[in-house]
Amino acid sequence: MDELRELYQEMILDHHKNPRNFHGMDAASHAAEGYNPLCGDKVTVYLQLDRDTIKDISFEGSGCAICTASTSVMTELLQGKTLSEAEALFGRFRALVTSDPGEKPDQAGLGKLVIFAGVREYPIRIKCATLPWHTMQAALEDKSETVSTE
Amino acid sequence: MTAHLLKKGTIVRTNPATEQHGHSSPYDVFAIRKDFPILRQKVYGKPLIYLDNAATAQKPQVVIDTLRRYYERTNSNVHRGVHALSQRATEEFENTREKIRDFIDASDTREIVFVRGTTEGINLIAVSYGDSHVSAGDEVVVSEMEHHSNIVPWQLLCERKGAHLKVIPMNDDGELLIDEYAKLLTPKTKIVSLVYVSNSLGTINPVKQMIEMAHKKGICVVIDGAQAAPHLAVSVRELDCDFYVFSSHKMYGPMGVGVVYGKQELLEKMPPYQGGGDMIKSVTFAKTIYNTLPFKFEAGTPNVGDVLGLGAVVDYLQHIGYPAIAEHERDLLEYATARLSTVDGIRLIGTAKDKLGVVSFVLDGVHPHDLGTIVDREGIAIRTGHHCTQPIMQHYNLPATSRASFGIYNTRDEVDALVASIDKVKEVFK
Ligand SMILES: Cc1ncc(COP(=O)(O)O)c(C=O)c1O
Repeated sequence: MDELRELYQEMILDHHKNPRNFHGMDAASHAAEGYNPLCGDKVTVYLQLDRDTIKDISFEGSGCAICTASTSVMTELLQGKTLSEAEALFGRFRALVTSDPGEKPDQAGLGKLVIFAGVREYPIRIKCATLPWHTMQAALEDKSETVSTE
Repeated sequence: MTAHLLKKGTIVRTNPATEQHGHSSPYDVFAIRKDFPILRQKVYGKPLIYLDNAATAQKPQVVIDTLRRYYERTNSNVHRGVHALSQRATEEFENTREKIRDFIDASDTREIVFVRGTTEGINLIAVSYGDSHVSAGDEVVVSEMEHHSNIVPWQLLCERKGAHLKVIPMNDDGELLIDEYAKLLTPKTKIVSLVYVSNSLGTINPVKQMIEMAHKKGICVVIDGAQAAPHLAVSVRELDCDFYVFSSHKMYGPMGVGVVYGKQELLEKMPPYQGGGDMIKSVTFAKTIYNTLPFKFEAGTPNVGDVLGLGAVVDYLQHIGYPAIAEHERDLLEYATARLSTVDGIRLIGTAKDKLGVVSFVLDGVHPHDLGTIVDREGIAIRTGHHCTQPIMQHYNLPATSRASFGIYNTRDEVDALVASIDKVKEVFK
């Protein structure tokens, strides 16, 4: 049970039940859809840019708790960030969730995102956590194809 | 006894107490479990509970031994050598073909073609029969509950030919609408391809009646028997289907082998699916003469070892007896359905009157993938996802379901453990 609690932390469950920035966006300048065929996670990420600053970011879709919470936390953290800050945060997040579960996670600059360290024990769930970030990236690159984790 | 039972028909549901079968009566599930070495392991420190049988079933010791014996003593190419090993391999290979003929009650071994699995089998039919019988404007009929492997090959055929794919709808219990099916059978319809038992919903479709309806209009019928093979004794002659396809690995046999049954008069007229060795009688650059049935459809070196493994599992299942298996699995399904129905927040997906082997469900507020992860930590293997039946998920407007599917070695205790693990899921998500 402890191990499961490590994965399903209170804050993750909270973001799953009450996702933040969970709505469409009429004024979006960028959007993309992400899909994880393994479990059917589907998220659409919307962004409104002001030059290279993320003025607003939101999402819609349905997914597992890990995916929904990860998307929700991402939209919280990226409000008002510059594109290069967003890119750097994604890099740190990816490093966190793919790091050796035996080692203490490097928390530097991650803030709230450390709550996802638990997925390292569940390799098949890593994609659930990274899907929104890949989708956000695709939206910024104006990729029209659905982002797939496969 | 076996042949008699097989000829008795499609769905055999006899009381094991009054039927004789191999293991001591009543059904001795613990003796059967001992035949499956893989079940003896722990996962995350808990005894493995394997409830993903619809994806693939575990293999009994006799299958493992047969493979081993083949590679230790017999391995040789078939149909080509004069030496002892090749003759032995050929003989055992062809004996297995006869065993499969008997198993599905076909009239002739020429009607039994070995392929890689159900998927390859359906592709063979869609290309060889489909390409020579379907033209622009024609229609191919499948159902809403097909596995992707019984959708995509027909879509490809329709694309090649400019034909149209028509879909038999189902109701919310997961039962096909027979009246709608009747309307889809028109002079344009050339092929109907139907799943016998749904891997996502467990529905047993009334295929005998549906085949009859198609035949009245002269339409060819293909049956996807992938999920029927492990649970039901089947007589292709009684069903009167034109083609029947199944996979070894879902019926406790090795992966990499499947069977296409086709009526001889149809197979005779069909062009080969693949070209190569073994499927020819003579080759010159001017003209190649094809081999006779079934070899015309078996190009290249076949998967001899795994075919023998399939033969071993047919013996094994017939020794236990399909009536006894059906009774055991009916009990498990009823028990699991009853237990899961009492769990607050669970909704069963697939509630057809005629069902076997599968309980699909969703739990309020919990995504199946999260449920699967938590249940897995209890050592319980279930499937979560779309089960290669995305149109079914679209019907119910669900991204995925959780599915427990049962086999000959599962027990009521294992169902209890599944229900208990769902309580744990609720605790995590409360
Ligand atoms: C109903 C049904 N049809 C077809 C298939 C495909 O079988 P295979 O993957 O063995 O080719 C499956 C299983 O995956 C199935 O459950």
